[in-house]
Amino acid sequence: MSGIRAHGAYIPRTRLPLSLIAGRPAKDGGPEKAVAYDDEDSLTMAVDAAVDCLRGFDREEVDGLYLATTSYGLREKQGAAVVAKALDLRRDVHTVDVSGSLRAGTSAIDAALNAVGAGAAKNVLVVASDCRMGAPRGALESKLGDGAAAFLVGKDAPIAKVLSSHAVSAELQDYWRLDGERFTHQWEDRFVVEEGYVPSMIEALRGAIEKSGKTAADFSKAALFTPEARSVGGVMKKVGLRPEQLQDFLFGRLGNAGAAFTPILLVAALETARAGDRLLAASYGDGAHAFAFEVTDAIGKLPQRRGVRGHLDRRRPLKSYDSYLRSRGLDPKEWSAGADLGLSATVRYRERDADIGFVGARCFECGQVHFPKTRVCYRCHSKDKWEPHRLSDKQGRVLSYTFDYFFPTAEPPTIMIMTEVDGARVQVQLTNAEPADAKLDMPVEYVFRKIHNAGGKPNYFWKASPVLEGV
Amino acid sequence: MPGDIKDKVAVVGVGACQFGENWDRSREDMIVDAAYEAYADAGIDEPQKQIEAVFCGAVYPREGSAEIAEALKIFGKPISMVSDYCQTGTDAFRFGALAVASGMYDTVLVVGFDKPKDRGVSGPSVNFDRVRGLPATPAGWFSLCAARYFETFGAGREDLAKIAVKNHHNGTLAPKSMLKREITVEDALNARIISWPFGLYDCAAQSDGAAAAVLTRADLAKSFRDDYVLVKAVTIAVSEHPQRDPNFDFLGWKPTQYAAKDAYRQAGITDPFQEIDVIQLHDCFTMTELLTYEDLGLIERGSAKEHIASGTFEIGGELPVNTDGGLKTFGHPTGATGVRMIYENTLQLQGRAGPRQVKDAKVALSHNIGGPPTTCGIAILGRDA
Repeated sequence: MSGIRAHGAYIPRTRLPLSLIAGRPAKDGGPEKAVAYDDEDSLTMAVDAAVDCLRGFDREEVDGLYLATTSYGLREKQGAAVVAKALDLRRDVHTVDVSGSLRAGTSAIDAALNAVGAGAAKNVLVVASDCRMGAPRGALESKLGDGAAAFLVGKDAPIAKVLSSHAVSAELQDYWRLDGERFTHQWEDRFVVEEGYVPSMIEALRGAIEKSGKTAADFSKAALFTPEARSVGGVMKKVGLRPEQLQDFLFGRLGNAGAAFTPILLVAALETARAGDRLLAASYGDGAHAFAFEVTDAIGKLPQRRGVRGHLDRRRPLKSYDSYLRSRGLDPKEWSAGADLGLSATVRYRERDADIGFVGARCFECGQVHFPKTRVCYRCHSKDKWEPHRLSDKQGRVLSYTFDYFFPTAEPPTIMIMTEVDGARVQVQLTNAEPADAKLDMPVEYVFRKIHNAGGKPNYFWKASPVLEGV
Repeated sequence: MPGDIKDKVAVVGVGACQFGENWDRSREDMIVDAAYEAYADAGIDEPQKQIEAVFCGAVYPREGSAEIAEALKIFGKPISMVSDYCQTGTDAFRFGALAVASGMYDTVLVVGFDKPKDRGVSGPSVNFDRVRGLPATPAGWFSLCAARYFETFGAGREDLAKIAVKNHHNGTLAPKSMLKREITVEDALNARIISWPFGLYDCAAQSDGAAAAVLTRADLAKSFRDDYVLVKAVTIAVSEHPQRDPNFDFLGWKPTQYAAKDAYRQAGITDPFQEIDVIQLHDCFTMTELLTYEDLGLIERGSAKEHIASGTFEIGGELPVNTDGGLKTFGHPTGATGVRMIYENTLQLQGRAGPRQVKDAKVALSHNIGGPPTTCGIAILGRDA
């Protein structure tokens, strides 16, 4: 039976303490939300979550990549293709963008389960990632948070088998964002909850429970989308779920992560699930979509992932509301970043393996690894004797560093480092770090990040990040 | 086997315009100032007849050779443009010297110039035409040896500050320098950081400027002036990219090490510290000056700190470096800098350097290093054959 073979998540380390929005100082342990930083967006978070999900799995086995997001910046041009390249997936991977609704995440999961169930694909990687913004100091700002979750969907030894899936469609104007707008709108909240959220969720959950042949009491946890904490109680009561069955929806820590919200909560539920547990997951948006899963013995064999827990615990609270505005590009700028054409499309095309895939070349005469690819080997001078060599999943070592106050960025300085990885030398920026964290010879891992917005579009490369303890 | 150029070519005239933020001076103004001063220095009064070819160096302009022809009204003759980062000026000088040494021309003009202050930004511009290798600022590139060198040899920002203090002092002694202001070690240490460990005073003063030199065959030099100086060596070297080279150790810059080896071979120098009397080297950043002491083989690797403390490289020290204030205070119009060094070294060898004169200087070396860095140019001039 089709199901989830692996899961992973990403929650940005940067947090906005909610008190800063109101102009009050941040308190330790006070409510906060996760914020994609200056160099992050829904695509970089998708790559991070996917990397987490693929820990211990062969990327060559991935037949499809479904990316669910409402916040990828380009209306025309696929995000999934960028993610697939960054993950160095096979060329014949089927890439799909699912968008337009907060239900995009669960729609992508459903599509993947169906593709696998029908035998059209063996393994589909589903990544849900969202980075929505409420207007500065507006009603939604404190409620929305950023994050991503990923699932490897397949038939081979799933850790959670799907028991049922039930979707309902409802047409009402609850949340929306017009083309070209940066901020999400919401109609009056009681209307959204009473006419939209509550009836749709009840219908979807009842449908999924009924199709699964179980009763509400048979489920250990329910991972439920909710616009705010108090809205979920009525739904659970009507469906027959007790409060202790509710998966913590992380308000005050993550925030409502849009199309990635339910997927993130499902990952959190799987992180504590044991073989035999049954889980419900339901998303909302233009209707609702609920699933029932049964956890299998295979869950004990899944290699440890960073997941929701690992990311939530690693925090970098912002010190001021100003730095939040800067990190999201909401501060006024003297010059428009998108004033020029940006990168040459042809150069970007030729450099795609290096820039997006972070793939170098290994000389098969002498073994020297080069980044970027070069035709004549630095060491043995043999010509064109190379094979692709992926560096994105390797650890590097810091050889030197500098703190550059000149480069325009949200919060200078930019930490520029020289790293050595598999014998190749790579100059990158260090993210997730302050200058005091930079040390000679420290180990780093590589993360996919947005470097700048030349041409008015996101331009990506890899950065280094200090290696985390544990996974 | 490469040959050498020793004593085949002479410098018979040098000139430089006033360096600085020349808001009201155009490139034409500066080129004409420098070239006509060099003509006068060489006793040339019919340059359109006497100059047979021109070799130019500039990094910023895109007009090519026509700009020089128009400025100097030299038409119907070969004019070449070199543009290769900060060693541009030395490379233009090298092409001029080689052209004379080849026997193709008797007398040529070398002009280096640049006018970065027309770009609307202070300091270098930042590139957004790529995603890799950023931030690609010169300060970032040249600071990459600092962390490792500091840790290995126990040097620090205070040692760099002393170099800035020295070059600020020397700049006060050079009439055409951009900055004429003494600073203290505290000034340097307290300045805002540009790219660690470089504060503002660790960085060269980007300026406008032009410099020129007239070269001729050694056997014709006496017809221009008696105290001509001879080209002992001129070379450039291109190294591995320090950010790609799998063997790079971040303790010194390879371009200088390569170029110095060839320059000393040409000039027959075996003990550079003893045999060279004055040096103009490429202090784009104070750390570059520190590393260049060692990369040129003047002192042991790791010993710069002691020599900085004891004043080895000050005017009046054993081997004065950057007697005119260097890039730090004379200014750094990229393409002009190598030729400006030829100008200063020629004045030093001819005893015309005024209050900054190094006593009885017989051999002078000039040095440019540029790119990330990957290229170095070195020229050695001598008073006597």
